Amino acid sequence: MNAISAPPERAKIAVKNLDFYYGKFHALKTINLEIPEKKVTAFIGPSGCGKSTLLRVFNRMFELYPEQRAEGEVLLDGHDLLHSKEDVALLRAKVGMVFQKPTPFPMSIFDNVAFGVKLFESLNSADLDERVEWALRKAALWGEVRDKLDQSGSSLSGGQQQRLCIARGIAIKPEVLLLDEPCSALDPISTAKIEELITELKNDYTVVIVTHNMQQAARCSDYTAYMYLGDLVEFGATEQIFFKPNRKETEDYITGRFG
Amino acid sequence: MPDKHLSTQFDTELTAVSSRVMELGGLVESQIRQAIYALSKFSVEVANQVTAAEARVNAMEMEIDRELSSIIARRQPTARDLRLLIAISKTTANLERVGDEAEKIARMVRSIIGSGAPRSLPSLELRVASDLASGLLHKALDAFARLDVQAALSILKEDDLIDQEFDGFVRKLITYMMEDPRMISPSLDLLFLAKSIERIGDHSKNIAEFIIYVVKGADVRHTSMEQIESVVK
Repeated sequence: MNAISAPPERAKIAVKNLDFYYGKFHALKTINLEIPEKKVTAFIGPSGCGKSTLLRVFNRMFELYPEQRAEGEVLLDGHDLLHSKEDVALLRAKVGMVFQKPTPFPMSIFDNVAFGVKLFESLNSADLDERVEWALRKAALWGEVRDKLDQSGSSLSGGQQQRLCIARGIAIKPEVLLLDEPCSALDPISTAKIEELITELKNDYTVVIVTHNMQQAARCSDYTAYMYLGDLVEFGATEQIFFKPNRKETEDYITGRFG
Repeated sequence: MPDKHLSTQFDTELTAVSSRVMELGGLVESQIRQAIYALSKFSVEVANQVTAAEARVNAMEMEIDRELSSIIARRQPTARDLRLLIAISKTTANLERVGDEAEKIARMVRSIIGSGAPRSLPSLELRVASDLASGLLHKALDAFARLDVQAALSILKEDDLIDQEFDGFVRKLITYMMEDPRMISPSLDLLFLAKSIERIGDHSKNIAEFIIYVVKGADVRHTSMEQIESVVK
């Protein structure tokens, strides 16, 4: 099921013959896919299709669990990140991730954003202030928190917390930003702000988003991959996927005929 | 659409709006048949019936557009559903235009009868073209109901026949007008009438193109027959 054409842009991440197992369960079946650089790529598909699993391979999040293993290659700028000797923390500085539920650290708003920066860079106080403001501005949160940077991150609303997590993710200037259902717990206004942000972010970053909201994929992605039962069924330009998908399975899913 | 959505309400709405279009098509078809009958029998009464039906056609067009807007606003259709709704919208507009053409024919028939010189004009020679045109519309509606791409393709080819008939008729009218200048005014009415019939063929052809758009996802307007055939294959 993998007759997928590669997009014309340079591949930031190239997935080659990737298989993934949760113990004996074969969750991803020989995935081949190229994530184009500085574009937004959306993964859609029903629950359990493997889209979040695939996302988590990109920054080796699965390594936290010993029974999970990945086979094949995932090339980040041509270097296989699965078999790299590189420290996983360095990989995650390059490939950041934002989760479904906002996960602010139990510290101030400022420290939430500064946390990762302090780990990887030694900036002086003025530069650090500048970086925090830059990230909060990018995440469209600065105006709302500029006067209360010393307050706890968890004092913010859900939508603000999620934008705080995005600010934390981009503060260390990653190359790739992975978003796993970033808006599923948010109201339409916060969702619109984050979608706006995603469009803004692709000028500098490669963004990969997993979403159950197909209209969200249609609105903010350039490329869309449809997955089902661990297979990549179809991958193509978002406009093509939502107007005239090549595969009937994709069409049935996006038109709500799936069942 | 044979395969069902998870939402049966969505299916119900799509089926309802599709059958409204067929209803509109049936109404417009009978308008054309009446207009052709009025022409062949020079009947003012039947011509008036054609005109009387126009208000209903217009109201149905607006009703279908309202239903389409509601479905789009509430369902955010994609892929084939989206293409179907766009095609229904355009088909509706074309059917309303066909209704306008039928009304124009009825008006010309009244004008020709009023001029007092109906029998001496070659109006019966429009019979072939008008039968072709109304037959083509019927086929187009039938193909739309079944989303039959092969039938759509044959409609596109058949429209050329109507165009040929029209060209032949125009040449004939010119000789009538040259022979007797008093015939110029009613002949011009007949020319407009022939043009209306030719337009009905064009609208049927448009509907056939929308069928290919729904099923194949390809916009085949303003493309060559070779390209269309390669899409349909």
